[in-house]
Amino acid sequence: MEIKSPQFKSRASAALENEQLQSALTHVRSNFIDKRAKAARELPEFEALRDAARDIKNHTLEHLDAYLEIFEAKVTEGGGHVHWAQTATDARGIVLDICRRRNVKTVTKGKSMIAEEIGLNEFLEANEITPVETDLGEYIIQLRREPPSHIIAPAVHLTMEQVRDGFREAHTHLPDSRPMDEPENLLREARGVLREKFLGADMGITGANFLVAETGTSIIVTNEGNGDLTQLLPRVHVVIASIEKVLPTLEDMSQIVRVLARSATGQEMSVYTTLSTGPKRPGDPDGPEEFHVILLDNGRSSMLGSEFRDVLRCIRCGACMNHCPVYHAVGGHAYGWVYPGPVGAVLTPSLIGVDQAGHLPNASTFCGRCEAVCPVRIPLPKMMRHWREREFERQLSPAGQRRNLKLWAWFARRPFIYRLATGVASRALAMWGGRRRRIGWLPMADGWTAHRDLPAPQGGTFIARYHRQRRRRRS
Amino acid sequence: MTADRETREQVQVGLFVTCLVDLFRPTVGFASVKLLEDAGCQVHVPKAQTCCGQPAWNSGDRKSTKGIAERVIAAFEPFDYVVAPSGSCAGMLSHHYRELFDRDEQWRERANRFADKVHELTSFLTDVLGVEAVAAKVRGTATYHDSCAGLRELGVREQPRKLLAGVKGLKLKEMKDAHVCCGFGGTFAVKYSDISNAIVTEKADNIDNAKARMLLAGDLGCLMNMAGKLKRDGSAVEVRHVAEVLAGMVDQPPIGGE
Ligand code: SF4
Repeated sequence: MEIKSPQFKSRASAALENEQLQSALTHVRSNFIDKRAKAARELPEFEALRDAARDIKNHTLEHLDAYLEIFEAKVTEGGGHVHWAQTATDARGIVLDICRRRNVKTVTKGKSMIAEEIGLNEFLEANEITPVETDLGEYIIQLRREPPSHIIAPAVHLTMEQVRDGFREAHTHLPDSRPMDEPENLLREARGVLREKFLGADMGITGANFLVAETGTSIIVTNEGNGDLTQLLPRVHVVIASIEKVLPTLEDMSQIVRVLARSATGQEMSVYTTLSTGPKRPGDPDGPEEFHVILLDNGRSSMLGSEFRDVLRCIRCGACMNHCPVYHAVGGHAYGWVYPGPVGAVLTPSLIGVDQAGHLPNASTFCGRCEAVCPVRIPLPKMMRHWREREFERQLSPAGQRRNLKLWAWFARRPFIYRLATGVASRALAMWGGRRRRIGWLPMADGWTAHRDLPAPQGGTFIARYHRQRRRRRS
Repeated sequence: MTADRETREQVQVGLFVTCLVDLFRPTVGFASVKLLEDAGCQVHVPKAQTCCGQPAWNSGDRKSTKGIAERVIAAFEPFDYVVAPSGSCAGMLSHHYRELFDRDEQWRERANRFADKVHELTSFLTDVLGVEAVAAKVRGTATYHDSCAGLRELGVREQPRKLLAGVKGLKLKEMKDAHVCCGFGGTFAVKYSDISNAIVTEKADNIDNAKARMLLAGDLGCLMNMAGKLKRDGSAVEVRHVAEVLAGMVDQPPIGGE
């Protein structure tokens, strides 16, 4: 996927001006939040489950190599194949090899962020293989040739009207007069179109919410059932997952599933939790002939020993972006790469480099709401701050900003001089504010005054006035 | 003699007034002193205080932050408690200083001992001193915004509301999404001013819709942001720091108001 994170600022400004987007985003602002809150309230042990989920993930990350090896052994035992991919290029190459060997022309796909991360669709198309997204949201944005704007609701940036227009344009074989006013109409239409594709596909590619080491199982959690058809009907099933998706046992998985849907959509459970363990065995009524799991690293193993390790606990529930005021304001595309919102602000610099994604960890008020709702308690603001430290050390932040900061810090370490300076500043600004007691424009603070007034100081600093009063009282 | 004894038995509180209050709104400092003295504390205002170091900390400048933090710690070491009329600065002193010095053999102990003593003003009054009600009388209606760090780092939510409920003549009207960020975020408001503006615009709508005469909060940064927006849009809402109302010191013009 093309990286547009360096243009975060201009993309954010454009998003703020985009009325359609703003109207679509109101959905995120209310729906997800209320539903999660209700689900959390209704489960007395919810907070304890979050602790358990965090602990399970931490334990797994500490022994990641061991669990991955067990997983590989189990998959192989069941007749499946495990492939290790160091980079996105490696992963794409592995997919292509399997496609070539099995003469694959059409691929159905379940929702997968890893497929986005490695830019799989563009790659398959370039190699004359047709990928068909089967998750409704993914299908909608595939028609529009857009990347997802949310990790669990990829088309959340679109209004119903936009979806309808997309369908009209793409499904020319259907009568113009067909009813398209209700979401159900559109859903039925997509289902009809996709049914054909499921039956004709040579390969199904899915992501994985979890991989279970003890059984060699890959698990997807969905609401549409499209994932099941994707992995059951074609001859070949390929799972692409990043290495941190592994969990030791089915019991661990079932614990984490209890916080996943509640945090994501407010459901107790998603509609489908589908476990696939290997290819079709003799006597099985259905299933793929071949079962492959591609395990992608793409920079994650180097995060294990770093201060960013904890973000590898992420179970991709989307709660952090659902609760983020910045995401609410600008939506997911502004972030310019695969992962938006707070988790993207931490993960993206790790995966594509902080020189590219430097804006992301800076564009946060540190309000802390993401950490407050994250089911695996990832300290997201703290990690964004760690990125800011790296940027500061590497002098990636703007020179003017760094200079101002140094100057201010110099004063702040010298209370006596600081007192003199703030005394002058408070009086000058108070005068500037005049009788209105507010400032409409100020050099160097025009980012502030472009949108709001600056309340003027009352005049004289507290410390000076307080000590003057005390002296007067004593004498 | 008695005065002397009393002094010695009184709780010794160092007031960390915050750089914004110092520079922009001394009234909040005087209100804090009054509230603490009324609750029986002996208040000290060390002249050596400047800022908690948050602007440097949140910009990734650990070294400057340390330089500032060491001076803050030294200046406030003599007191039983350190109190700040700000959840954000109190959070910096009580939570982030620990992280700042966690790999510093020389300072870790001192920083942790200091951090243990730090409290946000309304939480100090209620949770530590057990104050049930303040003596103030302020007529009118008010809505309260929960500033993020106070709310989520320090758990400040009921404390200011409890104290406000005891102010004679005052009625509290909750706004929608009182716990959602106002878009200030320190330098964020200047660096990403468009986004900050979108967030504070929504906040200002919620404030206006609450139909209260006053907007109160516990952090001057957020208050200046919200007041700046409300005033730019011509809103009549009076913006004040919660300490001003709790101390009954509402004779000064409100923040950004004439
Ligand atoms: S960081 Fe936490 S809240 Fe965000 S997607 Fe991952 S698990 Fe969910």
